[in-house]
Amino acid sequence: MKRLLETRNINKYFKKPVLFHVLRDINFKVEPGEFVSIMGKSGCGKSTLLYILSTMDTDYEGELWLNDQLITGQASNELSRIRNEHIGFVFQFHYLLPEFTVLENVMLPARKLARKDLPEIEHDAIEKLRILGIEGLAMKKASRISGGEKQRVAIARSLINEPMIIMGDEPTGNLDTYNSEIVFNIFRELSNDQGLSLLVVTHDEDFAAKTDRIIRMEDGKILD
Amino acid sequence: MTNWNLILSIARTHLLSKFRQTAIAALGVTFGIGSYISLVGFMTGLNQMLDSLILNQTPHVHIYNEIQASEDQPADLFSEFENSLKMIHSIKPRQTQKKIHNALPIIDLIEKEEPVLAAIPQVKTQIFYISGSIELGGNLTGIDAMQEVRYFNFGDYLIEGEPQSLENVDNAIFLGAGVAKKLAISIGDRLQISTVKGGSFPLKVAGIFQSGIADLDNIQSFASIKTVQRILGEPENYITDINVKLKDIDYAPILANKIQEQFRLEAVDINTANAQFETGSTIRNLITYAVSITLLIVAGFGIYNILNMLIYEKMNDIAILKATGFSGKDVQMIFMSQAMLIGFIGGLLGLLIGYILSRVIDNIPFQTEALPTIKTYPINYDPWFYLIGIGFALISTFLAGYLPSHRAKKIDPVDIIRRQ
Repeated sequence: MKRLLETRNINKYFKKPVLFHVLRDINFKVEPGEFVSIMGKSGCGKSTLLYILSTMDTDYEGELWLNDQLITGQASNELSRIRNEHIGFVFQFHYLLPEFTVLENVMLPARKLARKDLPEIEHDAIEKLRILGIEGLAMKKASRISGGEKQRVAIARSLINEPMIIMGDEPTGNLDTYNSEIVFNIFRELSNDQGLSLLVVTHDEDFAAKTDRIIRMEDGKILD
Repeated sequence: MTNWNLILSIARTHLLSKFRQTAIAALGVTFGIGSYISLVGFMTGLNQMLDSLILNQTPHVHIYNEIQASEDQPADLFSEFENSLKMIHSIKPRQTQKKIHNALPIIDLIEKEEPVLAAIPQVKTQIFYISGSIELGGNLTGIDAMQEVRYFNFGDYLIEGEPQSLENVDNAIFLGAGVAKKLAISIGDRLQISTVKGGSFPLKVAGIFQSGIADLDNIQSFASIKTVQRILGEPENYITDINVKLKDIDYAPILANKIQEQFRLEAVDINTANAQFETGSTIRNLITYAVSITLLIVAGFGIYNILNMLIYEKMNDIAILKATGFSGKDVQMIFMSQAMLIGFIGGLLGLLIGYILSRVIDNIPFQTEALPTIKTYPINYDPWFYLIGIGFALISTFLAGYLPSHRAKKIDPVDIIRRQ
C-alpha cells in the first residue's frame, strides 16, 4: 500500500534559550483519503511537528517520507518544489498577500508551478473559488474581505495545485462558530468527495471529534 | 528554473502598492543621475572649450629649425683634449638658415605616415607695421588659409572677413585684433609693412582675427605663403615651419622623435608643449566624478533603507510565499527586481532630467572677449556619459538591493508563522 505520509523516529531539540527536547520519537502514518486531526495542549509540540511535516523545518533527526519519497536531507530548492506541488497549507492567520486580489492570491502557487498556462490557471482558480462558494470575491483586494472569507480563500489557494495532502495549523482557531462550521464542512467534503488527505492541528474538541482519526500529543510524544 | 513573469508581476504589485515610497526611492536615483549628467556635461564642455582655446590652434607636432649653438664644439673633436676639462667662452649660435631644407619633399614624406592627418607648411617672419612715422614690431606668418581652417579651426578665430580672401585677394593680410586697434585700421584699409632687412610693401587688410590670447593678437598677422615669400624675396620652396595634425594624438612624441633623428630638425610634440592642460582636465574630471559618485551613494543608501523597511513590512508575505513553494532565490529575485526596477526607472528619468538641465545650461548666454565663437555655456553631450549614468544607476541599486534581498532569502518561514 502506498504510504502518503510517514515519520520514522523524528526527534527535535530547541537549542535556545536552553536545550529542550520538543519532539520525542514521533512515528505515525497518514493513509490516502484520511482526515486526521492532531490534538494536544499548548506547547506539546504539535505545531512544531506540523512544520517538520510541511518540509519547512529541516532541523530535526529521523526520517520523513512523503509519497514513498524520502524528504529528509533534500536540498531546499527541491523542498520548495515539493511544497508547491504536493502540499496545501491553511494557517490560523490567513496569510493572504494583501496587495493582490483574491483571484491572484489563489493563482500564485499554480503560476509558480507553471504546469499550465495563465488562462487555464485562472479558470482553475475561479473553479476552486466556486467550490468554496466565494467566486463573487474574485476581483476584491485580499485586504478587503472578512476573516471567514479569507480562510476560505486560503483553502482555495491550498487546493489550486491538486495537492496530495492539505495541512492545517489551527485553521478554525481564529474563526467564530459559524465560520468554523463552514471550514470544517469544506474539509469534510474534500476528504469524502475527492479522496484528499487532511492533517489538521487543532484545539477544538468538536472539530477533532468529527475527523476520521485523532492523534493526541503530550510533552512531545504521541499518546496511544 | 526561474519564472520571471511571475516574479516581475509580484515585484510590480509591491512597488505600485507602495507608490509613494517607490517614487521617493526612484527620485533619489533620478536626482543622482540627473545631476551627474548635467554636471559632467557642463564640466567636460568647459574643459573642452578651455583646451580647444589652446590645443585646437596648436599643431600636434611642430617642426622648425632652431637657432642654437652646436652641441659639439671643435675642441671636442680634437683627440689631444679628449680627457681634459674644456672651458669655452662666448659660444655663438651655429650659422644656419631659417628655412627647412627640402621642406616640400619632407612634407610629402610625413603625410605618407599612417597616423598623420595633414602636414601644413608655414613661413614665419618678423616685420614692422608702419603707420606714418611709427613702426610697430610684429610677426607675419604665411599660411595656406583653407588648410588651416580645415585642420586648426582658423575660421573660428576670424571675427571679420572670409578665410578664402587670403588666397583670392592680391596681397591680402589678416590682422590681429590688437594690432588693428593700435593702428586704428579696419577691414578694406591699406597697410604698409617693412621687413627686417628693409623695404616696404603695401598690403590690403582682408580680415581681423582674435585668438583670445591678447599677447598674440597684439603682434600676429597672417598672409598667404606666396605673399610672404614675395615680401622676403625668397623662392617657393622657402618654408620655415611645418605643422602636423595627427589622427591619434598619442603618436605625437613618437613622430617628433623620428623627425628629429631623421631630418635633424627641431620637432616639438603637443604633450610636451602643453603638459599642464592635461593635468588640469584630469583634476576637473576627478572632481566631477567624486561629486557624482557621492550623490549616487546617497541615493543608494536611500534605496537600501526603503527596501529594508519594505522587507520588514512584508515578512508575512515572504513567509507565505515560501510556505506555498517559492524558493529562497525566488523571494530574493522578487526584492532584487524591485531594486533594479527602481534603479532603471529612476536612472532613465535621471538621464532625461540631466538632458533637460543640460539643454537649459546650453542656452544660457555666455559671452567673453577671449572666445569670439562662444555664445552660450558649452555642454558636452557625449553619449558615453548617458551610458555611464544608467550603468551607475543599475550598479548602485544592485548593491543597495543585494543585502536586504539576501536577508529576505534567508528568512525562515517557520519563525514568522510561529511568532503569530
